[in-house]
Amino acid sequence: MSDNYQTFEYDVLVIGAGGAGLRAAIEASAAGCKTGLVCKSLLGKAHTVMAEGGIAAALATVDSRDSWQQHFCDSMIGGNLGNHWRMAQIHAQQAPDRVRELEKWGAVFDRTSDGKGNINVRHFGGHTYKRLAHVGDRTGLELIRTLQDKGIHSGIEVHMECTIYSLMKDGDRIAGAYGYFRETGRPVLYRAKSIIVSTGGIGKLYFINSNSWECAGDGFGLSYLAGAELADMEYIQFHPTGMVWPPSVRGLLITEGVRGEGGILKNNKGERFMFKYIPPKYQGKYAETEEEANAWFQKVVIEGVKEETVKERKPPELMSRDVVARALWNEIKEGRGTEHGGVYLDIASRRTPEDIKKKLPSMYHQFKQLADVDITKVPMETGPTCHYMMGGVKVDPETQMSNVPGLFAAGECAAGMHGSNRLGGNSLSDLVVFGKLAGEHAAIYAKKLKDFPKIDESKLAGLNKEMNQPFENQGGEVSYKILADLQHIMEKGAGMFREEPTMDQCLKELEGLKERVKKVTAEGNRMFNPGWHVALDLRNMLAVGEAIVRAAKERKESRGGHTRTDFTGYSREFAKKRILIRQKGEKMEVVREDLPQIPAELEKELVDAHLLKPEILKQLRGEA
Amino acid sequence: MGKVNMRVYRGNSEGGQLKDYQVEVEEGMVVLDVIHKIQATQSSDLACRWNCKAGKCGSCSAEVNGKPRLMCMTRMNEFKEGETLTITPMKTFPLMKDLATDVSYNYQVNKRIPPFTPREGTDWHWEQEDADRVQEFRKCIECFLCQDTCHVLRDHDKMGKFAGPRFFVRIASLEMHPLDGLDRTALLKDEHGLGYCNITKCCTEVCPESIHITDNAIIPLKERVVDKYYDPLRILWNKVFGGR
Repeated sequence: MSDNYQTFEYDVLVIGAGGAGLRAAIEASAAGCKTGLVCKSLLGKAHTVMAEGGIAAALATVDSRDSWQQHFCDSMIGGNLGNHWRMAQIHAQQAPDRVRELEKWGAVFDRTSDGKGNINVRHFGGHTYKRLAHVGDRTGLELIRTLQDKGIHSGIEVHMECTIYSLMKDGDRIAGAYGYFRETGRPVLYRAKSIIVSTGGIGKLYFINSNSWECAGDGFGLSYLAGAELADMEYIQFHPTGMVWPPSVRGLLITEGVRGEGGILKNNKGERFMFKYIPPKYQGKYAETEEEANAWFQKVVIEGVKEETVKERKPPELMSRDVVARALWNEIKEGRGTEHGGVYLDIASRRTPEDIKKKLPSMYHQFKQLADVDITKVPMETGPTCHYMMGGVKVDPETQMSNVPGLFAAGECAAGMHGSNRLGGNSLSDLVVFGKLAGEHAAIYAKKLKDFPKIDESKLAGLNKEMNQPFENQGGEVSYKILADLQHIMEKGAGMFREEPTMDQCLKELEGLKERVKKVTAEGNRMFNPGWHVALDLRNMLAVGEAIVRAAKERKESRGGHTRTDFTGYSREFAKKRILIRQKGEKMEVVREDLPQIPAELEKELVDAHLLKPEILKQLRGEA
Repeated sequence: MGKVNMRVYRGNSEGGQLKDYQVEVEEGMVVLDVIHKIQATQSSDLACRWNCKAGKCGSCSAEVNGKPRLMCMTRMNEFKEGETLTITPMKTFPLMKDLATDVSYNYQVNKRIPPFTPREGTDWHWEQEDADRVQEFRKCIECFLCQDTCHVLRDHDKMGKFAGPRFFVRIASLEMHPLDGLDRTALLKDEHGLGYCNITKCCTEVCPESIHITDNAIIPLKERVVDKYYDPLRILWNKVFGGR
């Protein structure tokens, strides 16, 4: 295959066409910039499609008490104050407008039944009030299809099935991207004034995960190698409810909506165990007995009584994901798990078969078809699965620009919004809020440049050589073997529970993989060759894996999605720090930096309004 | 389940043939798992699209024993032990390589459909029963299996003249949206060739989302076209009193 590359020029180039990338491209194009959108799959297939439960926004269509302030507080407490407060604030303030905008672009959200015909919202873990606009349990599909149909009429040029291998720079600033078309294997150079990475997450680094093959950490790896700082890479969300059986679907997501619609968690003794695991930060907010939880369920979920008139509190199954995942793990570890190593998630005994099929159609379908299980009759088996990366490219909250001029990030591959743990529903809203901002500011940046930054084309020969190397290597391993080993190494060394010795071992093993990747072999030619594609993806994946482990080693405390068995609990020292990862020569550098704190004035306002409790702030800051 | 024999199409636009692979199958596996196993252990350059592996993205469309299916939702225990499974790419679309086809036609058609255009003065309050009708169509995951099976596209090669079932579903989702203000009937009749469909319901049969493509989308759209262009009373009325 020839190394003869095609060239395209865009004011703004967006890499990744999930919710964030599409929203960013729509905005950049609307600002008058020539905008290109590159995606690894076909348009409309990105991982956003998998989001089920809903999009969080304080629309207050069902519970009038809701407000951006409450959404902000819930996100900060859910993230254990590890969030960049300003991102959480922007998110909470702008999410309602972004949701209404989706409706204007054709999204068909479920409606309220109060005769007002508003956008309906549902409960989700860690949200004080009903807050998730939704479409049954396929909200992500609705979001991506709406943005896709808006996008194709917005003058965006879409390059499908194209993988970016390297970002190009002109001195310090971004200048373009180099990659290949998956179908032909032909290289392609994009010259761009600004670039937005919106490539999603890292799930494929772990053996048990809920992600598609695309979530291979591209944006993190590409940005890091281009000199961008990564932040919060130790914070990984293990979603409590992944499928555990049969083996071929292990990790596949069961929506939190199951619990939102009344589903409960039980161990093999039939005990509803979540009551035992209410952490101090949620005490007083969740029901403490089964009777109380059942009364709430009966009134709020079944009878549709307004929640503000109900004295009982929500069931503890609705706490944030980090809390629920750790509880599940503990039950399983202590021998109270199910036959296949999970716990039971029961909706069958709570709702009628008609309700289940209506409210959770794709869950019904998924279990029926993939596991021969009828969830209207028997409980599901469920266990934790690697789901979401809270960390990512460190960006300016107002503009989404990284420390590399012209390089922006949005969505899952940007850091800061979710702190140490993301609340369900805050991802879809993150995509549209920060996708829009990234598009807007990437356009502003691009318009300021008169000429395209220069690209040193002599560097392309080196990149071609790297990309061709797997075909030159004789007798090495196939990429799939190395990928499987990487997944097991990460699961063992930097999974849900972490400690110094296993992380040190993990780093050693990652070094070993780097040597093996140098010799990885691809068979056949460059035409639509998945084995070769994976071989090239491994470079980013190894950089991201190392970043995760190094950040996790640095944070000597437990917080949200980062749980250390050798440093349990919140530490005062680390509470106000964030861990940065950056390139220093050939090495990876780990730096602690001050995490911006909620301004005193805003904090006082929220405390005075009883939205934040001083004693909880103290706890999370390790001061209690 | 033991070993199965998989005959998988290997080739590109210049030609190809079925190739046999012996694969050990474990409990719960779907066809896509077996394809992945072939990639990991026997032929790493076997091309196939996939993303979610949960029937939500519609990427892994192919023909299993000649039937258009999502490979991720086709359980191996549907088949008898010792049975040979034949996996071929979607026939209607030009082949790229192995199981990956060039589905760009679909993206071209979608671009020619005017998007959602809210009526002026819409107050955005509307009820679930109105939403229900549209939501059925919006379940579509764009797997293009309906396009693959439709004989107008598959056997009569009417690409360019016939949009295909997927896009009648798309147009129905717009036309039946209570807040949409456009009329796409002329487009349906002329540009998108709705008349070519003779409602054999093959599309409905293969839809993994169980959308009633023929009954709920195509037939009502055909009725709209008939009402507008072929109803003699309507034509007379328009002649006498004016109108479109």
